Amino acid sequence: MSDYNGMELMICLASRYLEDDANVVVGTGAPCAAAMLAQRTSAPNLMIMFEAGGIGPQLPSMPISVGDSRTYYKGLVSTSMPEIMETCQRGMVDYTFLGGAQIDMYGNINSTHVGDYEKPKVRFPGSGGANDLASLCWRTMMITPQDKNRFTNNINFITSPGFLTGKGSREEAGLPPNCGPYKIITNLAVLGFDEETCRMRVELMHPGVTREQIIENTGFELLWAPEILDSLPPSDEELEILRNDVDPRRYIIGRG
Amino acid sequence: MANHKVDFHASGDQEVKYKKIGKRRLFTNPDADDAREHFHAKSRRMVDKTTTVKEAVSKYINDGDYFAAGGFGSNRIPSAVLHEMVRQKKKNLGFAGHTSTHDMQILVAGNCIDRCDAAYVVGLEARGLSKNARKAFETGEIEPTEWSNATLAWRYKAAAMGLSFLPARSILGTDTAKYSAAVEIPCPYTGKRYAAVPALYPDVAAIHVHKSDIYGNCQIRGIAISDPDLARAAKHLIITTEKIVHNEEIRQSPHSTVIPYYLVDAVIEVPYGAYPSNMAYEYFTDEDHIMEWLKVEKDEEAFKEFLNKNIFGCKDHWDYLEANGGLERVNQLRRQENLIDM
Repeated sequence: MSDYNGMELMICLASRYLEDDANVVVGTGAPCAAAMLAQRTSAPNLMIMFEAGGIGPQLPSMPISVGDSRTYYKGLVSTSMPEIMETCQRGMVDYTFLGGAQIDMYGNINSTHVGDYEKPKVRFPGSGGANDLASLCWRTMMITPQDKNRFTNNINFITSPGFLTGKGSREEAGLPPNCGPYKIITNLAVLGFDEETCRMRVELMHPGVTREQIIENTGFELLWAPEILDSLPPSDEELEILRNDVDPRRYIIGRG
Repeated sequence: MANHKVDFHASGDQEVKYKKIGKRRLFTNPDADDAREHFHAKSRRMVDKTTTVKEAVSKYINDGDYFAAGGFGSNRIPSAVLHEMVRQKKKNLGFAGHTSTHDMQILVAGNCIDRCDAAYVVGLEARGLSKNARKAFETGEIEPTEWSNATLAWRYKAAAMGLSFLPARSILGTDTAKYSAAVEIPCPYTGKRYAAVPALYPDVAAIHVHKSDIYGNCQIRGIAISDPDLARAAKHLIITTEKIVHNEEIRQSPHSTVIPYYLVDAVIEVPYGAYPSNMAYEYFTDEDHIMEWLKVEKDEEAFKEFLNKNIFGCKDHWDYLEANGGLERVNQLRRQENLIDM
């Protein structure tokens, strides 16, 4: 088995959750790398979309902006943002990936601000398309480093919905039923959500990581799946494709 | 059971309850009849609308107006108009923060904005956060009302349809909704909940396109983002175009015309007019220049100098291009766009 870094592991794990013949709205960075890797391994017919209007590109390289011309290079369609978002609202988009500064035990995400709304300590970009994608796509994933400040129930602002306050609360708020957070892939573990409580739970632990480490790096009480498996490390094939084909300039995997 | 004999019409006796979920300010009047009055008076004459950026900005953008930029932050933005707005020291503008990245960075540099419908602000995607834009929000200099990209896009769409609102299924249940100006409404047919998002009719918008004729019939290549709706929603519309083409050329491919002339007030030919942003099939983003802008913001004195070099010391977009390597630079960006150089 080859050596690999944390970012390479997270991208490989994320890519394996993307089913063949499905579609995914991605941003730039690690999620885009995961989708590109999936296309070259387990999901050759995975269709990639970008919120600004790119559909089905043959990505020649990693886009810098979710609206740059790489996002529809040799694409099927170059369309509009309403078209992409309405496709999500119609229930035709399977997966999406989000990022954020804070996440709570129900998978709610803050990407708006820290501090007081009127005079924030730090102002972040806000929702962008994240709230819409989290509201409307079937399965929402996240690739993120895990630490106490980021995984916290003292979330300043719910920018994008996870399971809000628990089972049934998305539907009660008026969001479409049967969708929401799916997997959170961190540098320590893969986290899913308990069906009954909709709380975050540990499902896979990365090789060499201990339960204590995961607990120490989480600001709330985690649930644990009945059977915790080890995350399967990247295969030689995955690493070769990721390094030589997906991200040869190490824009993303160089951060790992 | 087959549906062919079922009547899905609502019973009609359910109690209709509206709930104001967004507590922030609505900056623009969503009233469709008010907009109709304006559009009724708008000229349908297909006349030569070519002018200069200076003239158009001076004539159509007034202090206090609500302004929206086409494109997507670092892609196909109307840079020449944005720079001229800073040169003319436009003040107290409202702004649609619809994935506004470098466009907002320019207007913040000129202190042009005092309120903002914020779907995506402050950041430049993976490149990082703009220090100046952050500061404008953190000090309260810019008053925000939150939205998401889709709800802001649908606010343009509601206006483009001549309506006062559209129902949406996102933002519900979140703080994004609480800090918006949305109202929760029941569907009259199913009783299910929607976020009613108010139509956004900007006073003025600027959009950069690939080609336009002198009348304002415009064709765009690549993604349209929200520009077809924005062009219809805006009360006044300034078009900058890579090139002006003959009306005959537009008529050869009418299926490509996304903005018809009757929406347009001014047309200006500005080659490389989206620089330093990406113009599909023409030139790629000048990442070096944008990264320099982000970096130099951290030093107030150096930033003043930077603005003098790039905006105040330039009389027009040609000068700005020249200050950053001119044709040689844009040709490098053309090679990047066409994947000759990566």
